[in-house]
Amino acid sequence: MSARRLAPLIALVLAWPAVAEATTVRVWHAYRADEEKALAILARRYEAQHPGVTIDLVALPYDAYAYKLESAIPLGNGPDLFIAAHETLGERAKAGLVTPLGDVTADEAAAFLPHTVEPLRYDGQLYGLPLGAKSLALFYRTDLLPRAPETTDELFTVKQKGVTPLAYETASAFYHAAWLHAYGGRLLDENRRPQLGRPESVRALEAVYALQKEKLIPEDATSTLAARLFNDGKAAAVMNGPWFAGEIDPGVPYRVAPLPRVSATGQPLAPLLTIEGVFLAARARAPKEALDFARALASTDGAIVRARTGRQVVATRAAWDDPEVQKGADLLAFRAQLDSVVPMPNGRELSLSWEPIQRALRRTLRGAAPAARALADADAEILARLRPPPPPGRSLPFALVLSAFALAGAVLLVVRAQKTDGGVAPALRRVAREARTARGAYAALAPAWIAMALLVFVPFAVGAGMSLYHHQDGHWTFVGWGNFLDILLCRDGDVWSPLSFWYTLVVTVAWTAINVLFHVAIGVTLALLLRDPYLRARGLYRVLLIIPWAVPSYITALTWRGMFHRQFGAINGILVWLGAEPVSWFAKFSTAFAANVATNVWLGFPFMMVVTLGALSRIPKELEEAAALDGATGWQRLRHVVLPLVLPAMLPAIVLGAVWTFNMFNVIFLVSGGEPDGATEILVSQAYRWAFTRGHQYGYAAAYAVLIFLLLALQSALTRRREEA
Amino acid sequence: MRRSLARTIAIHLALQVAVVVTLYPVLWVLKMAFTPSQSFSLSPSPWPETVSLQNFREITTPLFFRQAANSLLVAAAVTVVGIALSATAAYALSRFRFPGRGLTLRGFLLSQMFPGVVTSIPLYVLLDKLGLLDHLAGLVLVYATTSIPFCTFMLKGFFDGLPRELEEAVLLDGGTRWDAFFRVALPLSRPAIAVTALFSFLTAWNEFILAALFMNAPKSFTLPVQLQRYVGDYATEWGHFAAGAVLVSIPVMALFLALERHLVGGLTSGAVKG
Repeated sequence: MSARRLAPLIALVLAWPAVAEATTVRVWHAYRADEEKALAILARRYEAQHPGVTIDLVALPYDAYAYKLESAIPLGNGPDLFIAAHETLGERAKAGLVTPLGDVTADEAAAFLPHTVEPLRYDGQLYGLPLGAKSLALFYRTDLLPRAPETTDELFTVKQKGVTPLAYETASAFYHAAWLHAYGGRLLDENRRPQLGRPESVRALEAVYALQKEKLIPEDATSTLAARLFNDGKAAAVMNGPWFAGEIDPGVPYRVAPLPRVSATGQPLAPLLTIEGVFLAARARAPKEALDFARALASTDGAIVRARTGRQVVATRAAWDDPEVQKGADLLAFRAQLDSVVPMPNGRELSLSWEPIQRALRRTLRGAAPAARALADADAEILARLRPPPPPGRSLPFALVLSAFALAGAVLLVVRAQKTDGGVAPALRRVAREARTARGAYAALAPAWIAMALLVFVPFAVGAGMSLYHHQDGHWTFVGWGNFLDILLCRDGDVWSPLSFWYTLVVTVAWTAINVLFHVAIGVTLALLLRDPYLRARGLYRVLLIIPWAVPSYITALTWRGMFHRQFGAINGILVWLGAEPVSWFAKFSTAFAANVATNVWLGFPFMMVVTLGALSRIPKELEEAAALDGATGWQRLRHVVLPLVLPAMLPAIVLGAVWTFNMFNVIFLVSGGEPDGATEILVSQAYRWAFTRGHQYGYAAAYAVLIFLLLALQSALTRRREEA
Repeated sequence: MRRSLARTIAIHLALQVAVVVTLYPVLWVLKMAFTPSQSFSLSPSPWPETVSLQNFREITTPLFFRQAANSLLVAAAVTVVGIALSATAAYALSRFRFPGRGLTLRGFLLSQMFPGVVTSIPLYVLLDKLGLLDHLAGLVLVYATTSIPFCTFMLKGFFDGLPRELEEAVLLDGGTRWDAFFRVALPLSRPAIAVTALFSFLTAWNEFILAALFMNAPKSFTLPVQLQRYVGDYATEWGHFAAGAVLVSIPVMALFLALERHLVGGLTSGAVKG
């Protein structure tokens, strides 16, 4: 047989194992739009070149992304590769969620732009390959600024009526860092300790405050406001990242340029740099193929597709020689910005710092504290968060306490049996007898019991158990009562600070009481109005009034936040129209709290209305008619006939409504965000912050959850006793 | 009862004020949905300057419909499972006195008090062990158990208020407890069932954190997961999100429209006189 005849056979044999062992590389990412499209193109191209390998792309919501990685990878349910920003690498490496790649050679490293490989290293190990570099730059309107300003003085010469020269999210540490760096400050020192109290940092914040006072940058500016001003021609320039291009209205003439130099220091505004890397997950099922695909993504060919289709500022040097990429003016500006950037530190210290820094910025910019004091407080707060965990505890005392409780419970049961039945044996016999007669009831309850026990009470017990541990970077240490003592004795600050447990408890109680009062009052009133069967368009009213319950609360809560905006909000618009002064809603506790309550009342009254409608239907019409015939007025009928019948039927909804409101964190997050200075936080929003934004202190968050549970359980036990008495 | 004209006008006026206040914030959502832009609308006026269906066209991909089907399936199953489990449980709790009854009621109430902040990881591990991860059935079970306590309390309260005579008549006629439950108690409780149905449906319909955690493939995601995808690390596609929110609200309103007429008079006059 000739070699040529054999060739197909050989090819078949060579291809066989690949076909037989079709490998799937699972890739998780949170990309959207163009970046997602580019990734899909590269995956399909790779599959075509590597028969037998399937690339399974899973796009996840950013909000659930980190948490999902953290839950799935340790159980072996995670991806082979995931794409993420580098700044959380330290925590992931320590928790064992990522696998080191082994090192790249000097040649390979040289294939990437400067600053893009180092951030993907932690403790000397390289964990990912760089894909994109994200930093801020200057978007400017060419109709207001003829050319890109070289210095801030040049930028601030824009003096047209009603136009601010620059807009950006002033209270965000991520944006403010550009100024901090231009004044010679840093977020963390070489030992990753906070150093915001240093004179450079103070000067940077004072400079920004001065700009705001001179109206060169707008007050209370969020990215949303900056986008709005830019689109309306009321801001000449915006400091923002590549993602901002999607928010610019069609037809707005703009260009992108590197950020200008700060005239006062001669140094450029240097934004923080985020590297998006592709990481090899721990417990990957096909690590070899995964790594190969990761290399393909980071290769020049891969980078060209990501730059052309994905509009990504790619880290691969050679891709920038591509003629098509060369034509992208925006991309080139972002690339030029890379000459003056500061890569974000990738340890947990930074993720613990955001909230305190943000608080300091807000305090200073709304004039509540001078920069030096606000920043010194931020340092203290960060240090408190970095404090060593409570000392490891011994578990013996806990076993003893638990046994003592069990023993006490058993004794209590025996005593009760003695009292009711004259002994344990007769009591057991009575219970068995009663249980036998109610066999049907047990059968009916069994499915609900099993489901609740398994899916509610088991996770609940495990969650409560976590409160005795300290969690850091995926490792748990038993600390006994340590977390509880820290919380109850306010070891993070003093009792009067808005972050203390006791202060937050008072706010939470007020929050719950006021909300439930309004929910019930409005719900009952509307249901009573809507009860009349002869009312025209009754069905229409009912459907329109449940809309707040039907629309996803994420967007409506943020709409409410927008309505409370000082400058553009509808509420201040109405106030001004009525001749009142506009209000800075989130600058004071009372108004910020009122804004939260207004939003939550709006979100929650439809539920109470529907429940009341259900309860009202129980009232026999004859009863009311009889009362009417007896000469009772409408109000008397309501007070003495309707409400006494309706309220007991609504009691479960009111009790549960109160419990849910006590634990309603998303309105606090989305509307006031805890402002001012964390004063409007409630207990459960604190628990969420400890779990997710303050260094994943799950043990501490669990201790908060246990305390919340105990408070609610105690309250319900007390009410029951009062009712029974 | 006859109503005076002035009274009718006053009621309509009050309801119209309530409707305006209720819908005012929603107008911004509609504005963002119909404006072909992805920026958040921050302006005193809730009227769109340009109206276009572009956002709706862009989000209604084949995957969107697949996920909408998942969502409908999950929410419908949660409604059915939730009501089935809680109606039987509520009936037993209302009609029988047995050892463990008080404990059950207290347990159901306590189950609502522990914040979910640290329970999702144990729940994830549990579903993994049960092999329910990445199955819509797992999601249905989790959502149904979250809605059971409220539904049970609501239905139990209603059952408590029903006259016993009708059920006793069924029993005297040789019917079983099940007959009494199915033929008398359930039909009379239509208003409470309507309320619990809406509640169960919405518990499942708008949840995204657990759905994103438990599901591993885009084609098995529910709609809220997809909606949350428009919210990014740095920027949010508000036009898409708002359009999605509008579409997501429509089935809820349709369901309410269908349930609404059951919210009136479960008790007919004949039943009460007994």
